[in-house]
Amino acid sequence: MLSIKNLHVELEDEDKKILKGVDLEVEAGKVHAIMGPNGSGKSTLSYVLSGKDGYEVTDGSATLEGNDLLDLEPEERAAAGLFLAFQYPVEIPGVGNMTFLRTAVNAQRKARGEEEMSAADFLKEIRAKAKDLKIDADMLKRPVNMGFSGGEKKRNEILQMAMLEPKMCILDETDSGLDVDAMKLVAEGVNALRNEGRGFLVITHYQRLLDHIKPDVVHIMSDGRIIKTGGPELALEVEHNGYADILAEVA
Amino acid sequence: MAEAKLQETATEAMISTLSMPQGGWAQPAREDALARVRAMGLPQRRDEYWKFTRPDTLTQAEPVPAAIFEHGDAPMFDGIDRLRIVFADGEFDADASDDLSLEGVKIERLATAMSDLHWARDLYGTLEKNGQNPVPRPLAALNTAFATDGVLIHVTGRPSKPINLIYKHKSETSDAMLHHIVKLDAGAEMTLLENGPAAARFNTVMEVDVADTARFHHVRAQGRDHERRAATHLFTRLGTESLLKSFTVTVNGAMTRNECVIELTGDDASAHVAGASVGDGDFHHDDTVFITHDAVNCESRQVYKKVLRNGATGVFQGKILVKEGAQKTDGYQISQSLLLDGDSQFLAKPELEIYADDVACSHGSTSGAIDEEALFYLRARGVSHAEATDLLTLAFLAEAVEEIESENLREEIIGRLSSWLERRSG
Ligand SMILES: Nc1ncnc2c1ncn2[C@@H]1O[C@H](COP(=O)(O)OP(=O)(O)OP(=O)(O)O)[C@@H](O)[C@H]1O
Ligand SMILES: [Mg+2]
Repeated sequence: MLSIKNLHVELEDEDKKILKGVDLEVEAGKVHAIMGPNGSGKSTLSYVLSGKDGYEVTDGSATLEGNDLLDLEPEERAAAGLFLAFQYPVEIPGVGNMTFLRTAVNAQRKARGEEEMSAADFLKEIRAKAKDLKIDADMLKRPVNMGFSGGEKKRNEILQMAMLEPKMCILDETDSGLDVDAMKLVAEGVNALRNEGRGFLVITHYQRLLDHIKPDVVHIMSDGRIIKTGGPELALEVEHNGYADILAEVA
Repeated sequence: MAEAKLQETATEAMISTLSMPQGGWAQPAREDALARVRAMGLPQRRDEYWKFTRPDTLTQAEPVPAAIFEHGDAPMFDGIDRLRIVFADGEFDADASDDLSLEGVKIERLATAMSDLHWARDLYGTLEKNGQNPVPRPLAALNTAFATDGVLIHVTGRPSKPINLIYKHKSETSDAMLHHIVKLDAGAEMTLLENGPAAARFNTVMEVDVADTARFHHVRAQGRDHERRAATHLFTRLGTESLLKSFTVTVNGAMTRNECVIELTGDDASAHVAGASVGDGDFHHDDTVFITHDAVNCESRQVYKKVLRNGATGVFQGKILVKEGAQKTDGYQISQSLLLDGDSQFLAKPELEIYADDVACSHGSTSGAIDEEALFYLRARGVSHAEATDLLTLAFLAEAVEEIESENLREEIIGRLSSWLERRSG
């Protein structure tokens, strides 16, 4: 599904290398987790995959179902099935959450040559999905993420994911800022979307989330590289011992 | 000295091309206004009040010709049940207008309202004259002296539908001057709509007297002819617990200067003036606002938003003057521009002058590009660059549009702004 090979990324504005040869393969139907110390390049990887400005790919490749992602505009990547749940969802004053989501759903459909969703169908669907995530009608009407609490913003990301039904979901610290109950809601939202056609890349610092969203594979990223890959037990090891042992092991 | 001479010559040159309508109740006010124009002289480039906007094309004797622009879209406010009064190049068009009768309001034309003791006699040129202090507005006085027509609207009740002044542009060299008077009796309420390019050059004055507890809504769409030039003045006096809401959308136009002069003279009155303007290339748009608080517990809001691209220029000069004793004044002023490229410019001069101690006034002015973070967020959800830009642009304008009370009218305006964006994007 998602195939990243030897990806090297620097900042465009300064001479700073952030990703130094990332190799990663997420198969359809699987959940991969990435853990790693602060500043190791996890968010950068998610931004580069979704097409944010400011980064320069100096080597390597990233493809989604064989399509070269790095060649596409951000909106084309989204239409191709890539979704990023942001670590810091953006507030957009003046744009209603509903309007935004409907525009997004229909833009993707249009880009894929599908028919637009009718207003009635859209309303029905969003109401049902919002209810599952305990997002009330008022939050749907408010401008995108404006005045949302940290946890509400994260739930709103999952709502968008549920509406857009992407093939490849990247979740960047969607668990941070969530209380225990919200964490469960979010995990349920993600698990509901799990199927054999869809891949997940879950960036997190905590085992907690992985209790609810059981990963198939866990990667450790450090200083711009995947330094270790293993099963779910790797996350438990990090939880108990931190990164010191792993870092020492590969050094 | 030489400067003054030049100004006098320019003023006389303009006056010589105009002829004052003779006779009737307005004549003394017109003569008086002409004397004011001569004393003030027409605006000059060096005037502080015209620092950001070159007055030349508004003050030269002959207008710059303006091509007529056929847009082929449905007329503005078409979906709204309204009473239409049409002027083409400043001339009343009876055939295109509706019957001027509507319950709760009496409508006459300046050019034909002849009775000697006309109610408008006390207002014509009065608010304009008042508004000449402390800043001269010679183009308004010129209008009082020479306006060829206009409407006189006396609102006694609550008419069931808005009155729509429609200004058509027919001749490439037309130079039109209209002067309107609106008088709202205590408790009355009405909505006045204005739209259309009007002429190659258009000078309007509207004097509005809002009595106690009356409410006046004004929504104006300044038309799309790219080359037209306009100088407008809205003078409003507000009584106790009365309300003014005036909103202007401007799409295109080589030169627009909209002056708004408002005086809150009764306690607990409220004045909201707002504007959304969008301009491309050879576009110059100036909002100049002067609000005087002269009573207790009044509120005023100025909300101006401009979207500029391809070298367009936006200007905002806004002042809140709080007179001595005007306690509990709540004054808000915001002017913002969204620059869609590096060539455009926004020039702002926000001012506060306060002589009372118990007031809350705030003002802010910003100028910036589209928010890149928001743009990326939208694109990452699949919204195209162009559509995301439009969405953010409309969101930027929303605070001004929300000043319109009627939802129908708001929708109408949003529709116009959206289609401007659609025409421009891609
Ligand atoms: N636009 C930028 N300008 C300057 N430095 C940047 C920029 N983007 C990323 N970096 C730097 O690159 C490194 C990797 O950052 P990144 O956000 O990818 O880390 P992370 O693994 O997501 O960290 P965290 O766990 O704290 O979220 C950091 O040192 C960060 O400061
Ligand atoms: Mg991060």
